[in-house]
Amino acid sequence: MSLRIVVCVKYVPDATGDRHFADDLTVDRDDVDGLLSELDEYAVEQALQISEESDDDVEITVLTVGPEDAKDALRKALSMGADKAVHVEDDDLHGTDVMGTSLVLAKAIEKAGYDLVITGMASTDGTMGVLPAILAERLGVPQVTLLSEVNVADGKVTGRRDGDAASEQLEASLPAVVSVTDQSGEARYPSFKGIMAAKKKPVESWDLSDLDVDSDEVGLENAWTAVDSATPRPARTAGTIVKDEGEGGKQLAEFLAGQKFI
Amino acid sequence: MAEVLVYVDHVDGAVRKPTLELLTLARRVGEPVAVALGAGAEATAAVLAEHGAVKVLTADAAEFADYLVVPKVDALQAAYEAVSAGGSLAAVLVPSSAEGKEIAARLAVRIGSGIITDAVDLEAGDEGPVATQSAFAASFTTKSRVSKGTPVITVKPNSAPVEAAPAAGAVEALAVTFSALATGTKVTSRTPRESTGRPELTEAAIVVSGGRGVNGAENFSIIEALADSLGAAVGASRAAVDAGWYPHSNQVGQTGKSVSPQLYIASGISGAIQHRAGMQTSKTIVAINKDSEAPIFDLVDYGVVGDLFQVVPQLTDEIKARKG
Ligand SMILES: Cc1cc2nc3c(=O)[nH]c(=O)nc-3n(C[C@H](O)[C@H](O)[C@H](O)COP(=O)(O)OP(=O)(O)OC[C@H]3O[C@@H](n4cnc5c(N)ncnc54)[C@H](O)[C@@H]3O)c2cc1C
Ligand SMILES: Nc1ncnc2c1ncn2[C@@H]1O[C@H](COP(=O)(O)O)[C@@H](O)[C@H]1O
Repeated sequence: MSLRIVVCVKYVPDATGDRHFADDLTVDRDDVDGLLSELDEYAVEQALQISEESDDDVEITVLTVGPEDAKDALRKALSMGADKAVHVEDDDLHGTDVMGTSLVLAKAIEKAGYDLVITGMASTDGTMGVLPAILAERLGVPQVTLLSEVNVADGKVTGRRDGDAASEQLEASLPAVVSVTDQSGEARYPSFKGIMAAKKKPVESWDLSDLDVDSDEVGLENAWTAVDSATPRPARTAGTIVKDEGEGGKQLAEFLAGQKFI
Repeated sequence: MAEVLVYVDHVDGAVRKPTLELLTLARRVGEPVAVALGAGAEATAAVLAEHGAVKVLTADAAEFADYLVVPKVDALQAAYEAVSAGGSLAAVLVPSSAEGKEIAARLAVRIGSGIITDAVDLEAGDEGPVATQSAFAASFTTKSRVSKGTPVITVKPNSAPVEAAPAAGAVEALAVTFSALATGTKVTSRTPRESTGRPELTEAAIVVSGGRGVNGAENFSIIEALADSLGAAVGASRAAVDAGWYPHSNQVGQTGKSVSPQLYIASGISGAIQHRAGMQTSKTIVAINKDSEAPIFDLVDYGVVGDLFQVVPQLTDEIKARKG
């Protein structure tokens, strides 16, 4: 038996850098260092663990939709241990929103062939956390999302979803779309051997015509949403900072009372 | 006047506060029609009517509890079709919980609409509702619109006041046909979260959080005592959660809960970007940290540089004394 896993990974601006918007109000990806979204490392990690625990012949493909530099994200995932990569890149993709990106990803996943799709819980730039559910809808397969624990066996995926009100055990048949949280287990660091091996792993490049997606279904002009303005948050007016000389708690209480919190 | 669908988040008929806030926003763009699903759906009607729902569409079936997300999408789609057949629909509003966002997103795909998630405000505009969002860990504020289809928008808790606005709130049964995918993901067991008796983290007016500086699970009692003196919810940084000192359900930040209370008190938390992402929109921010260089001090209205084991108990005692 074989198990084909596609892991969706996003290349994002570094959250610890100075992230901002470009003139057309899309996320500026040129002036800020990018990297594989940290939350997608957890998806790669779970794919690797499923592979290691499986008796099946598992093949892990990492997939990204993004600009030229997004190859860095694929390279990192390959050096962690994924087998091959697909990079969907097309000039017409600039400014595409989640509806368009999910359309392109769904077509690419179908073209690659899959039994299981694994994604992160949310991208660290857009932080929508809806793409996995949308992928399941578009692919017409079960959605098994926000798992903090994942198991794949006998053609089934099971796992634990910790929700607001309850913790749930879920079960679905493959093929399915899974998303994993940062509670699912720390992601491994690429080893030196892994980094060297990654250089020889295949990276395919596809554009929109390879996926039968029309350019009028993607891009900023055709997005399903429009950003009218982006304003930097006004700097907070500098607060009062006191050093505790034995009365710090009382001084703080005085402040809170002044603000009517007590 | 156009109608607005409002998805109701409730527990056995008890409507959660973010839904009432959503009704306040819904009334700015149209007439709210509420959609309540699952056990106790009809019991939501009275409070929804009090806050402006002209109609409450209800449905109950075992599928809502036994399978993940899709049955609810089927029902919301049925409501969408019923209401848009009878007139114009200005928007579909859903509370921004993890599940709410997934339901909203799948509906948006089905009806060919764009989606905006995690709005913190909503106003009527010439080209449809305009949503305010905060981006990049709240360092930017954006205004956006849905430009295709009926706007589907999810709204964060604490984004609007709860307002009384009595309306008819007539209950109508919603006919739902489940799709083939509705039973795709089975919920094989469910363990409800134990109640702490404290306010819900995302809904609380005051949140008191502890981080790595709290230095041990047993020391969280200091944070809890301060929280209780203020009637607050308790939060934790990821460092404290990862160390096993406090449950993940209380984590504040990018991969935990996003909170926007009137007052946020951070103790022993450095203020990393991922933590700030979940609390930066709090109205008043207070921090206690022994390192005067900690980045959290860049955000505060009031900060105490000191040892939390001295400052926090003194603060708690002083609050109790003042409250008598
Ligand atoms: C993808 C990703 C997602 C993340 N998501 C989250 C998230 O959702 N939430 C989150 O919080 N973090 C998140 N993080 C982690 C984040 O980067 C920080 O590591 C974390 O917030 C640090 O927690 P902390 O402030 O408690 O610990 P530290 O950074 O170690 O800070 C501890 C602070 O306590 C102070 N201190 C120590 N002892 C005392 C004392 N006795 N009295 C007073 N002060 C004292 C120290 O001076 C220090 O400033 C995420 C990281 C990544 C990569
Ligand atoms: N452009 C992209 N390429 C590949 N995967 C993506 C892309 N955008 C989002 N994803 C995946 O979808 C998840 C959720 O993204 P989002 O809904 O945008 O927060 C991420 O963790 C990724 O696994």
